Amino acid sequence: MKSQASDAELLRDFDRGSQRALARAISRAESGRGGELVRALYPKTGRAMTIGLTGPPGVGKSTLASGLVRKARALRRSVGVVSVDPSSPFSHGALLGDRIRLNEHFTDERVFIRSMASRGHLGGLAGATGDAVLMMDAFGLDVVLIETVGVGQSEVAIAELAQTTLVALQPGSGDSIQVLKAGIMEIADVFVVNKADHPMANQLRREIRSMMEMLQWPGWVPELVTTQALAGDGIDDLWAAVERHVAYLNETGEIEQRRREAFIHQVRQLALGQLERRLDHALREDARDDVDPYEAADRILSSF
Amino acid sequence: MKNTVNDRPLRVVIAKAGLDGHDRGAKVIARALRDAGMEVVYTGLFQTPEQIVQTAIQEDADGIGLSILSGAHMTLFPLVVEQLRAQDAGDIVFFGGGTIPAEDAQQLRELGVREIFTPGAPLQDIIDFVRRECGKRRALVG
Repeated sequence: MKSQASDAELLRDFDRGSQRALARAISRAESGRGGELVRALYPKTGRAMTIGLTGPPGVGKSTLASGLVRKARALRRSVGVVSVDPSSPFSHGALLGDRIRLNEHFTDERVFIRSMASRGHLGGLAGATGDAVLMMDAFGLDVVLIETVGVGQSEVAIAELAQTTLVALQPGSGDSIQVLKAGIMEIADVFVVNKADHPMANQLRREIRSMMEMLQWPGWVPELVTTQALAGDGIDDLWAAVERHVAYLNETGEIEQRRREAFIHQVRQLALGQLERRLDHALREDARDDVDPYEAADRILSSF
Repeated sequence: MKNTVNDRPLRVVIAKAGLDGHDRGAKVIARALRDAGMEVVYTGLFQTPEQIVQTAIQEDADGIGLSILSGAHMTLFPLVVEQLRAQDAGDIVFFGGGTIPAEDAQQLRELGVREIFTPGAPLQDIIDFVRRECGKRRALVG
């Protein structure tokens, strides 16, 4: 049995390509002790292609992810997958089941899959997702796929973190107004209509098309790809769309803007986390109820 | 009771191996551990010992629970023990359950399976075991 490794020992094993060290490093980030590791690894980041995959529960995100992993491996690229599932707000436990669809890749040593529980974090990601992506990037994985929790309509944090965001949609789930609503419909670089064998698949395609025709697209125009992920159909088209988007980002220089957004996203997460802890502490220390709530809030904030 | 060590819930892989499609037991255990505040990674059916151990390493799991109802326990449990040793992952708490005769269970314990639970084992006993043993592993490894 080994006792707790120091950050330096962990980094040494990490540099030697130990998956165990990468796994431990992510755990350390999850317990809020990943600061020194990220600091050391940060100069090695910025190489990976990061793809976000979001959509409602049951739309086939994990199956699409598995197809994309297969495609990337066929192109001889190494792949990291971060897959987020919800934590219970009651017990704080979680059942992480996304690996089930990815099991054909379990023993491929150039594929690293990590499940994460959202741990009360809103927005579709977990607090340490950003750190995990940086660590996988620094580890030398060529492609990092980030699969969000099954989202509703407004969980858009993934668009800040990933270079390319795929929004998977389910045929037969609502009328044409659904695709006009704000939120996740606005963050797609590529729309994926999965379950192409569904009788309503064509209708959903038409609705997305007509929604897109109503708007002006100053830069990238989102692509629309139809897949049947379970059978592996359409995955080549999807990968090609992702590559076109990455090429667009590189040609226009927008890639720098995306990197900056990802950076700001993470700084914001970290700062918010610290503020929240200080706020919780202040609330415990100074829980007076003889003033109105606004007054109490002002007082606490002025002490920061 | 405490389910987290170092502010992070305990993580357990629940696995099904070989040609064994009976996963209700595994799902019941997964759900019980979830409700006890742990993060449970479920592998799905038909996994090989290599896949199970690789999953536990990538997920930085504190424990692996293997359910076998096919009668192949004397083959599959030792293969997982072997894989854990080969991967230098002996710190991961390996336990299991299923329709396993007492003498086989004893032999498996001697081989390095930490505990074997058989039909009728109270869920609370399983939760207590996982909490205690995986908690020790976590305290040691961090």
